[in-house]
Amino acid sequence: MDLSSQLLQLLFSGLTLGSIYSLIALALVTTFNITGVLNLAQGEFVALGALLAASLYTAGLPLAAAFLVSVALIAALGALVERAAIYPARESSALTLIIITVGLSISLRGLALLLWGTDPVSLPAFSSGGPLLVGGASVNLQTLWILGMAAVTMAVLNIFFELTYTGKAVRACVINRTAALLVGINPGAMSLMAFAGSGAIGAAAGIFITPVTLATYDMGFMLGVKGFVAAAIGGMHNIRGAVLGGFILGILEVYSAGLVSSGLKDAVALVVLLAMLMLRPEGLLAASGRKV
Amino acid sequence: MKKKRILTGIITVIIAAGLLLSGCAGSKEATKTSAGKEPYKIGAVIDISGSSSSLGVPEKNTLQMLADKVNAAGGINGHPLVLTILDNKSDETEAVLAVKKLIDQEKVLAVLGCSASGTSMSMIDTVQKEKVPMISLAASSKIVEPVQERQWVFKTAQSDIVTINKLMSYLKEKGLTNVAFLYMNNAYGDGGRIAFTAAAQAGGVEIVAEEKFEATDKDMTPQLTRVKTSGAQAAVVWAIPPSASIITRNFKDLNMGIPLLHSHGVGNQNFIDLAQGAADGVILPIGKLIVADQIPDSDPQKKVLNTYIEEYSKKYNSPPNSFGGYAWDGFYLLVNALEKAGADRAAIRDVLEKTQGFSGVSGVFNMSASDHNGLNEDSMVMVQIENGKWKLLK
Repeated sequence: MDLSSQLLQLLFSGLTLGSIYSLIALALVTTFNITGVLNLAQGEFVALGALLAASLYTAGLPLAAAFLVSVALIAALGALVERAAIYPARESSALTLIIITVGLSISLRGLALLLWGTDPVSLPAFSSGGPLLVGGASVNLQTLWILGMAAVTMAVLNIFFELTYTGKAVRACVINRTAALLVGINPGAMSLMAFAGSGAIGAAAGIFITPVTLATYDMGFMLGVKGFVAAAIGGMHNIRGAVLGGFILGILEVYSAGLVSSGLKDAVALVVLLAMLMLRPEGLLAASGRKV
Repeated sequence: MKKKRILTGIITVIIAAGLLLSGCAGSKEATKTSAGKEPYKIGAVIDISGSSSSLGVPEKNTLQMLADKVNAAGGINGHPLVLTILDNKSDETEAVLAVKKLIDQEKVLAVLGCSASGTSMSMIDTVQKEKVPMISLAASSKIVEPVQERQWVFKTAQSDIVTINKLMSYLKEKGLTNVAFLYMNNAYGDGGRIAFTAAAQAGGVEIVAEEKFEATDKDMTPQLTRVKTSGAQAAVVWAIPPSASIITRNFKDLNMGIPLLHSHGVGNQNFIDLAQGAADGVILPIGKLIVADQIPDSDPQKKVLNTYIEEYSKKYNSPPNSFGGYAWDGFYLLVNALEKAGADRAAIRDVLEKTQGFSGVSGVFNMSASDHNGLNEDSMVMVQIENGKWKLLK
């Protein structure tokens, strides 16, 4: 394997990892922008969605049906969580709300442990066939599905925020909650929608990545952390930034592991995060100056 | 008022979370027989949840099954057996807390566990200081060496060095002298790396690439591309699922074209299932349990293996694996010692150290003052995975 095909192979690997981080960062940033809550339980939505879909698939449902049912149920769970834990505390400080999401994260992980146990589960790849060979590097077909899903989700969110009435109402809540109330927008309803939506995005991401990464009850925490790092790199107020941050993180991790030393992988990611926070705390794409 | 309600809400969430977690933290197996004799209390600290759970769950199942069996048969010399199993959540700190709890509060005579090398190592200081016999179920030879600092520690899983010698003779037999070594970055992987490096030097095998990965990593392609450029004739991986399954899939996707050898850490069906077809062709050294139907009747372990498989399958509706086997060996080594020594920690230790010719699931144990594992290469066989099944080589 020569250097150029090795670089290419690493790029594909980085894109796979990056698209996983991007999807989590995407959901994280969306909720954060709508509700002002940094939802640290976001990773658990990913884990629960993946585990639920795997169980449904094992129970005999076709893959597509398992996907839809799982996404719908996790969206409902997101809504339930918002009503039960976030809504009653909506007037409290941001810190309180974050602590509530930490509690939620622990509870949901405990629930997943009780329901699914500790063994990893898996789903079949969405399309059959071996990996594609591109310029001496091999690309797993599921990678293309994950990349496609990230692109579609990003496009849909963009259209929603820019072109629909509801999307604009959501943005109004972000900019000024009181003023939004005065013009007849219900911030409570928007918050409910945000949690249901991030539940759905999280579950969908979990299901797309499971054929590659396998699903365990405790996968959510690590993904949540990486998603948060990606969002911080890209800027917490910008979905495009979150996606970019995810890819930067994934590619950096892979190149440092593949070219320098496999021991350096996580260290490089953290150094970049620290450098970002010190040099450009508002995130890479914050220069555009507008939220979402 | 509102503040108060919010506070109550938060507290409720935290308590609920705590309850959920503690609900699965431990289980007590305290079946008492009607005999009036003082019960023998023993403890186990097992990696039931967390990253090593694929090892810990079959071990917990085995221990519960055997404790029930011993008590149903009237206990040990008429003494009922009380077994307390605690979950260390695959965490070193939790393991130390659990073993202290077993010793201080439960006053156990001996401790079984842990499932993984890292968690086992973490308990050694405590049992050495408290002078409580401990039987680890993990692989690293550092758990029982140096023996003079591990007077109270024994273990049932074949040491890395036993496994690696078996693997090394296979590599040399096939003329594979340039190999790549990949390991997971924890005590298990590191123990394997140290033992493999030493054995390779002694045996004339050259390690042309050495790569590590984290237990939580989702893609090992970068490490494998480095192996691909290194000109290795074979790759040896020292890891447990799920990361061992993921690297096996990456290996197939990358069309590596060289033999893939694993450690005994992948010796369960879960590994094959999660690798989804990519495991075919994988070669590994492992205890005889997994190929019990293929070993000759003359083997001293055959009867033990068949009984264990039959009892476990009947109770849990799935065949046992080698990890459960480590628990089986640990349990019966301890029961034998309790039979001879009674409720005396020092006497139990002495009996354990003198164990000779004990046919267990993992091999025939011959312990001594200088060997607290007691297994040699004869306890292992080389197997290859074919069509999702384990097949004994030659």
